[in-house]
Amino acid sequence: MPVKVMIPTPLRAYAGKREAVELDAATVGEALGRLTSEFSELRKHLFTDDGKLRSFVNVYINDEDIRYLAKENTRTKDGDTISIIPSIAGGCCS
Amino acid sequence: MSGEAQLWISMQLAEQIRRHGAETYPHECCGALLGRDNPVSAHSSSDEGAEKPQREVLALFPLVNRRDDSPRNRFSVTSGDVRAAEKEAARQGIDVIGWYHSHPDHPARPSEYDREHAWPWYSYVIVSVAAGAPTEITSWRLADDRAEFSAEEIAICQRASV
Repeated sequence: MPVKVMIPTPLRAYAGKREAVELDAATVGEALGRLTSEFSELRKHLFTDDGKLRSFVNVYINDEDIRYLAKENTRTKDGDTISIIPSIAGGCCS
Repeated sequence: MSGEAQLWISMQLAEQIRRHGAETYPHECCGALLGRDNPVSAHSSSDEGAEKPQREVLALFPLVNRRDDSPRNRFSVTSGDVRAAEKEAARQGIDVIGWYHSHPDHPARPSEYDREHAWPWYSYVIVSVAAGAPTEITSWRLADDRAEFSAEEIAICQRASV
């Protein structure tokens, strides 16, 4: 079933300069997997080397944070919109 | 270090960032940089002899540091704050082009923690605040391969903010 993944501005350079990508996926994890298969350069900015979503990367399905749903197993339905929103963090010493 | 990237900002906005760092000292301040990222034009016509800014800060969106546990050496902006900044930028017809924060009593250089929590494309402005007084201000961009930050030149311009 087609879902739309909105690409945040900083990552569009790694997704063919697209603002959004439509793909078929039954879960949010599957959508992100397909997205990063199609655009492999995106992967390292979303996932750590061991395949986990980076701690500052937040994923929403239609305005709901997937952390409060079934995380990456959250099921999608036709026409859902998935958004990738960073939280910004940093600090002066390691 | 690449000397090619440039971030244009007015004197007033640069001063506003420095002031924010002084106000929250000894804690870190943070906020969003709103502006325009202009693709380099092949036929750029010069305006008063000045080159067209490639990337320019036009407004700031100061935010509250959400790191209550260690605000002296960490800052955090929630995804809700990011959305609010994006909404404000859209209202002004511009974009979120980066973020600023302060390093209290530390140099204005990105830390390993900064690198781990960054994305390319954004400009990351850091102001050093020594004993309560803002000193150096720098800007950085993360490399495509996430390996390191490169310095981005800050060009102070006379243009008034929108």
